[in-house]
Amino acid sequence: MKKPLLQFTDRGIYCGQADVFLDPWKPVNKAIISHGHADHSRWGHKKYISQNSNIPIVKHRLGDISISGKEWGETFSINGVKFSLHPAGHIIGSSQIRVEYKGEVWVFSGDYKIENDGFTTAFEPVQCNTFITECTFGLPAFKWRPQEEVFQGINSWWAQNRAEGLTSVLFGYSLGKAQRLLKFLDPGIGPIYTHAAVENMTEVLRQQVDFPETNLITRDTKTQEIKGSLVLAPPSAHGSTWLKRMVPYVTATASGWMAFRGARRRRAIDKGFVLSDHCDWDGLLQAIDATGANQIICTHGYTDIFSRFLREKGFDARTEATLYEGESGEVNSSAEQQQDKLENAE
Amino acid sequence: MKEFAELIKTLDGTNKTNRKVDALTAYFKEVSDKDKVWTIALLSHRRPPRPVNTTLMRSWAAEWATIPYWLFEESYHIVGDLAETIALIVPTTTNNSTKALSSYLEEIIALKPRTEEEKKAYLIENWKQMDYYQRFVFNKLITGGFRIGVSQKLMTRALSRATGVDEDILAYRLMGNWDPSSVSFKQLVEEENEADFLSKPYPFFLAYALEGPLEKLGNPNEWYVEHKWDGIRAQLIVRKRNIFIWSRGEELVTDKYPELHQLADLLPDGTVLDGELLPFPNGQIGSFNEMQTRIGRKKVSKALMKKIPVIIKAYDLLEWEGKDIRQLGYRKRREHLEAVLKPLLENSTLPIAVSPALQFNSWDEVAQEREKSRELRSEGLMLKRANSPYEVGRKKGNWWKWKVDPLTIDAVLTYAMRGHGRRSNLFTDYTFALWDTNAEGKRELVTFAKAYSGLTDAEFRKIDSWIKKNTVDRFGPVRQVTPHHVFEIAFEGIAWSKRHKSGVATRFPRMRRWRQDKPIDEANTLDDLKQLIPMSGDSTTNGNN
Repeated sequence: MKKPLLQFTDRGIYCGQADVFLDPWKPVNKAIISHGHADHSRWGHKKYISQNSNIPIVKHRLGDISISGKEWGETFSINGVKFSLHPAGHIIGSSQIRVEYKGEVWVFSGDYKIENDGFTTAFEPVQCNTFITECTFGLPAFKWRPQEEVFQGINSWWAQNRAEGLTSVLFGYSLGKAQRLLKFLDPGIGPIYTHAAVENMTEVLRQQVDFPETNLITRDTKTQEIKGSLVLAPPSAHGSTWLKRMVPYVTATASGWMAFRGARRRRAIDKGFVLSDHCDWDGLLQAIDATGANQIICTHGYTDIFSRFLREKGFDARTEATLYEGESGEVNSSAEQQQDKLENAE
Repeated sequence: MKEFAELIKTLDGTNKTNRKVDALTAYFKEVSDKDKVWTIALLSHRRPPRPVNTTLMRSWAAEWATIPYWLFEESYHIVGDLAETIALIVPTTTNNSTKALSSYLEEIIALKPRTEEEKKAYLIENWKQMDYYQRFVFNKLITGGFRIGVSQKLMTRALSRATGVDEDILAYRLMGNWDPSSVSFKQLVEEENEADFLSKPYPFFLAYALEGPLEKLGNPNEWYVEHKWDGIRAQLIVRKRNIFIWSRGEELVTDKYPELHQLADLLPDGTVLDGELLPFPNGQIGSFNEMQTRIGRKKVSKALMKKIPVIIKAYDLLEWEGKDIRQLGYRKRREHLEAVLKPLLENSTLPIAVSPALQFNSWDEVAQEREKSRELRSEGLMLKRANSPYEVGRKKGNWWKWKVDPLTIDAVLTYAMRGHGRRSNLFTDYTFALWDTNAEGKRELVTFAKAYSGLTDAEFRKIDSWIKKNTVDRFGPVRQVTPHHVFEIAFEGIAWSKRHKSGVATRFPRMRRWRQDKPIDEANTLDDLKQLIPMSGDSTTNGNN
């Protein structure tokens, strides 16, 4: 029997014919990187290939690496295998990786969402035979509301807090979520302050996107000055002494996990906004249908449940173990903490 | 309903007590009297009897959401709350119901005797007409259990602010048996009602655990010491020759303890005792395990009543000669208590006793008394200031509880389940096992207890992720894990048990420490555990070993 086009190895997803890895979690010679989150773009590969708009992000995170950039849809061949990158809509520069060899097409989606958030290049379905999908929120209990509605909620929460003399501390992953929040916060309500991890990453992305003005909180920032403003911080700042300066404040987290009351209560956060850069249940099913693929491989999230459902629907679906973590901040936030550490160190 | 759902949403959206009280106060000022009464009822755990079997509800929700039943069940295990799962899974609408909360409750009460088909139609019709929070609240009304981070105390405070009625008086008025579908807001909150008064208990005075050294309490002569009995805290009321027994959870439990009914004719009219219901097999205090055989039964068989009779061990008198004497000092109340009970205590066959109020000259002697607790079958000591009034609710200062240190044993984690509420989606409910030698002489792990508390959130997260990677088998929501981790399990009491595979029942087991230093071979054995059972044992099941 011939070897499958992509194999799951202990280093990552491997294309033997091209001798290249997709989002590997151990150092390799050549890696194609779907996007800049820490669990997908790791340290120590000899050569990186990624979409152009992802390059500033990974360079910011990983330093001076050898990386070559590609345009959306640009085809490049390695030993007869045709590769191309297509928008995944997850965060800026996030790609699905299309792999074609002798007429067979596989697509590795990395992380993705199908809702157009208005500033990340929107997800494009890519026809394929085999679709490798995440299913971070692969349960029918996850249903997102349109982002306009969520941002209305966030902005009116801020306005109300401000009216009561309280500072609003909003937690979101420093790459991706923080910028999406920033993009749609209403600067007419008041000034927006940032934690260093958020500020540094946002600064990198300002080359590509127009964001409202932010003020970095430093040692010299006065409590009185912050009062009533909105502070964007990574989830790891919750419970830290850094927050003391914001007193009196209220907290909120924007994450898909906030759909569950228990998840919010467990973290002792005041308010939860359900906002994710991943697909909800219907989104995943819609994306899978649009690929026309029959073979589906689930990599991270509620993989067992989701693949069983797909099998019952007639797909040839299975689960493969990877070290990807989906939307962190819930079960295991080590990737996020690593990333925050990295960014705080800079 | 709209207002109530908004209220729940607001309460859900803050951890700040002040914001919660403000929201409740505003709500109480805004809504109709009928809705106020129902809100008070729901937030004080009075809900209509469940009209629909929850298994049916689950299957209807799955059907309406057009997903397979197994997928609904998996989602439920992960979400950890049925009302929430259904609200999340059924098709989304942005409809808004304008019907009043009280109307919904009337409908839900009327639903109980209806046919399955009618119930199903009713639920689906309503799911269609509500947005997420309304669906969630509606489902909660049906499945019960409104735990939303608002204590009865908080609700009473808000109600007091909205009405101007003193908080302690409100706490008293809201106690006891009242029916939200017939009582008016005026009757409940604003009027003194003679007829209701007959069965009405007083709010219990509750103690905090002792903080700091005993010496800080001052002179031991100013304190009385009682043993803290391990039964059911209860108020026994005799008024106009009627008897009422209330448990601390404000549940009227008179019918469960027929042996106490004779006290209606023996205690003077206008008497309210505070005390502990205790199992009393063979003329001595039994274990909590035995008490549990009585708690669950509404109708008690003669045989059970003979095997495990219940007594009340009284320690305080709240009403004397028809007068509320809670403001008298403890010493004075005890004098009245002992005088009232004296004639009854002369007859040792009556199911009533007095918990001795002890006095000591030094704190050392108090500490020595505490050492006797296990032998006396108490959980430790209660310290009560001699001149203290009987207060309302949990207060610091005049009463303290000083429990004995728990028993402990090192056990191996063998199974795990996801938690509920704030721990939903995390594996936090664990099963523990001890080593035993089976019939073939092989060493094996035998389950002895379940525990789900005592670790920090960070520890739970670590163990949760370990469990996910070390699952060897699944049984529905339960995961069997590789025996690898040892935990020190603490528990309050221990007794022989026929119902447990290990033959031993432990009381309130919880995790005290994660023994990352211990390999599983060094965990304790079942025999080690059995050594901890007091020699007197349970007369009923002794000799099993």
